[in-house]
Amino acid sequence: MSTLALAAPAWRVRRRRRVADTVMAVLLTAATAIAVGLLLLILGYVIVKGLPALNLAFFTERPKPFGVDGGGVGPAIVGTLIVSAVAGLIAIPIGIAAAIFVTELRPGRWGTVVRFAAELIAGLPSIAVGVFVWSFLVRGLIGHYSAIAGAIALAVIMIPIVARTTEEVLRLVPGSLREAALALGAPRWRVVFRVVLPTARAGVATAAVLALARAAGETAPLLLTALGNLFFSTDLLRPIAALPLQIYQYAASPYDDWHTKAWGASLILVAVIAVVSFALRAFAPRGAR
Amino acid sequence: MLGEEKNMKFRLAASALAVATLIAACGGASTPSPSGSANPCFPVKGQCPEEAQLLTASGATFPAVIYTKWVDEYYKATGVQVNYQAIGSGGGIKAISEKTVDFAGSDAPMTDQQLTDAKSAVLHIPTVMGAVVPTFNVPGVTKLSLTPETLSGIYLGAIKTWNDPKLVADNPGVSFPSTNITVVFRSDGSGTTFAFTDYLSKVSPDFKSKVGAGTAVNFPTGVGGKGNDGVAGTVKSTPNSIGYVELIYAMQQKLGTASLRNASGKVVEPTLAAVSNAAVGVTYPDDLRVSITNSANPAAWPISTFTFLLTYRDVSDHAKALAMARYFWWGTHDGQNFAKDLGYAPLPADVLTKAEAKIHSITSGGTPVLPTK
Amino acid sequence: MRSGRGDRIFAGGVTGLALIVPLTLAGITLLMVEAAWPSITTYGLGFLTSSTWDPVKEIFGAGAYLYGTLVTTAIAVVLAAPVAVGAAIFLVEYAPKRVAGTLSFLIEVLAYIPSIVYGLWGLFVLVPLFRENVEPFLQSTLGRLPVIGGLFDGPVGGRDLLVGGVILAIMILPLLVAVSREVIAAVPIAQREGMLGIGATKWEMVRGAVLPYARTGIVGAVVLGVARAFGETMAVTLVVGNSSTSITSSLFVPGYTMASAIANQFVEASGRLYFSAIVEIAVLLLIVALVVNTIARLLIRRVAGTPQGFAI
Repeated sequence: MSTLALAAPAWRVRRRRRVADTVMAVLLTAATAIAVGLLLLILGYVIVKGLPALNLAFFTERPKPFGVDGGGVGPAIVGTLIVSAVAGLIAIPIGIAAAIFVTELRPGRWGTVVRFAAELIAGLPSIAVGVFVWSFLVRGLIGHYSAIAGAIALAVIMIPIVARTTEEVLRLVPGSLREAALALGAPRWRVVFRVVLPTARAGVATAAVLALARAAGETAPLLLTALGNLFFSTDLLRPIAALPLQIYQYAASPYDDWHTKAWGASLILVAVIAVVSFALRAFAPRGAR
Repeated sequence: MLGEEKNMKFRLAASALAVATLIAACGGASTPSPSGSANPCFPVKGQCPEEAQLLTASGATFPAVIYTKWVDEYYKATGVQVNYQAIGSGGGIKAISEKTVDFAGSDAPMTDQQLTDAKSAVLHIPTVMGAVVPTFNVPGVTKLSLTPETLSGIYLGAIKTWNDPKLVADNPGVSFPSTNITVVFRSDGSGTTFAFTDYLSKVSPDFKSKVGAGTAVNFPTGVGGKGNDGVAGTVKSTPNSIGYVELIYAMQQKLGTASLRNASGKVVEPTLAAVSNAAVGVTYPDDLRVSITNSANPAAWPISTFTFLLTYRDVSDHAKALAMARYFWWGTHDGQNFAKDLGYAPLPADVLTKAEAKIHSITSGGTPVLPTK
Repeated sequence: MRSGRGDRIFAGGVTGLALIVPLTLAGITLLMVEAAWPSITTYGLGFLTSSTWDPVKEIFGAGAYLYGTLVTTAIAVVLAAPVAVGAAIFLVEYAPKRVAGTLSFLIEVLAYIPSIVYGLWGLFVLVPLFRENVEPFLQSTLGRLPVIGGLFDGPVGGRDLLVGGVILAIMILPLLVAVSREVIAAVPIAQREGMLGIGATKWEMVRGAVLPYARTGIVGAVVLGVARAFGETMAVTLVVGNSSTSITSSLFVPGYTMASAIANQFVEASGRLYFSAIVEIAVLLLIVALVVNTIARLLIRRVAGTPQGFAI
């Protein structure tokens, strides 16, 4: 700047600086517009293309064979709810425990090990998690495709999300609060359950729901574990349908009717996730996000 | 959902009847039931109280159209839920070898090596016949005639443009664009690819040495699509492309299908009759693992194939064994009625007899599950 | 410290559950390396350099998959990074607080759209658009230039490395924005005020005070984006073409990424070596993920403390 100032008359420098400033402001605004525009574009497509598929039967019926009109994604909706819920039941306690371990119990070397492991699992491609669960459960312990294998695959993906988000929230709980409770003679477990967790409740809930939303949309690991099902099934030991699997099958098909159904199923999936996000934003306290 | 409730009731009833009917079914193997007190489970009509209500299967996408139809009809008839997931023949073979499913579907018979590697003995039961057809999407071209040379040339990458002299010579009167040919193949392991490459390997030594036959091969050129549907979808959406799919998929999408010169030098259109002809005059091995591509029959479509259900020779769970045998029986008999409408050729009579014998040879704990006639 | 019975049960329970996390990681690593072992010992380092993938002859080299992954990821980063950093600067430095909050939220929602939905959109919207309009246009303009013209050579198909890269760019955008925003926001106010105090314009302040300070963190964000792009599966599988045939200069050829190769071939890899080779690709992805994530997190932590981007 100083070299510029020396090289040219002051008014010209000022104008050049102002032009540069305006140009950059426009460019930066444009970058933001692109990012937000893409979201609106994709959501717009999902809504416009998906709405024609929606009717009561789409939610309640099972898929029809090729070339037969009607049918729905009922089993896939049920399947996604079941698999996500079971995955949550597995992942949320483990994730929260990991966070408590890291912040409250062993902040030292062991805490670092757990946190680092969680970060690495978070960085794994979801297909690799699918490969792991397939070898471990589908071919190994269980011996066939099953909903529970799908749920465990999703749980592996959820655990680091719950753990890291919860950890952040727990760190926001003032240390003075813990010390006060301990000083009053409360045992450590009481402090955690009665003081720390209740203070961070909203944040912990946010962590859990975020992880659930993420898990509900996973396809690749389910492909290798839950397999899919043409029928309604609630049995954890049998293959189960799921919305992302159904979308994948419909998307890769050559039938226009199935493409519409793929958009419809996407709309349901995205709507659920969007509602969850908005609800979180409305209710979560500041700092939890 | 209503059907499921019914199943529950039947399962309850079954627990009471189980012992009695078990004895009846096993005993039936040697002494056929006298008329009047017919076995409720065989021949296959309606529900059978002692069979498993849920079966899991995965495999070939080639017969997926008719199999999903069967699943629907069979559920209406018997209340049994057969969950067939079309993941590709390679996937089916792997699943049956690893025993992660009850039965599997495949268009390619298992190789000797695969049979040795499998955890238990596997039977091949042919269900229907189909055809693999070259399908094309070239603006302005409605009829395409191919020869073994041009088809293998395109898939070897030797013939690169639509106005290649060889293609022009085989198609008098057709004006081809000078555009590049986009070759489309199956990216996942599939029996469709097996039939196609098995055929090309038979007619082109060059193809045999460079690519070879298999459920997943290394094509030297082209774009991959997942599943019959993925290939059909890609061809449909890509101008100047050629792919290979099961006949029904090309028909459904109103894609152009090419005619092909067969082993007798006759140019044949892909029709169900031509597919059936491919099975005429073939000698069948005992295990029914047979390739009928490049049939010598002058009226045969050269890329015709059986599709098989793969099942274990012995299934320890009797209820499952019975459910599977009944389903196979129903499919090879009642199920054949749906074949023609959906673009498949039904089993020829002599093959059906052999398939019946295979189904009868399924055992549970060493005892045949279906009574012999 | 107190250690009553309640505390011991509590500590034991929490520790037991928490240790599942490192055990899972160990299990994943061991099981996969074991499954990949036949392929690792058969092909050695040649697995990375050979691009022949022939299940019939049982010759496996992941070179073409590696190439496809690198190219699509490079395209994604080149397209997404400027947009993301630009948007992050705008959100932190330019936009009014309330507007910034809403916009950041919208961009975050982009991160929660499932991969398969991106794939669907890519397949039915991007692919036709690129085949009909974008790629012919690129070919007739940039394709005429020397050197870089080779990138836009050959027939246009729409399902190719370019579209694979574009869909990845959109998918890593929210992650890049979120992490960059955080690093930029972490730049001390004093830095900014110093610049403004000597009469700098806003952009001069950003360029002179904010960006140099946040540079390491932004690089970290990009590395995190790279990691995400490497492992992304379903969306890419639907649009990238899935062909391992050739490594050419053109971006218009159908390709394969490592993740999409696993998704397409895993279920049917029936031969022992074939299966093992597929798992080795997964092992490679695992190693890359471990290395890249570690680097990224170290970079970001130096600037902004704990990153929030982990969840995405």
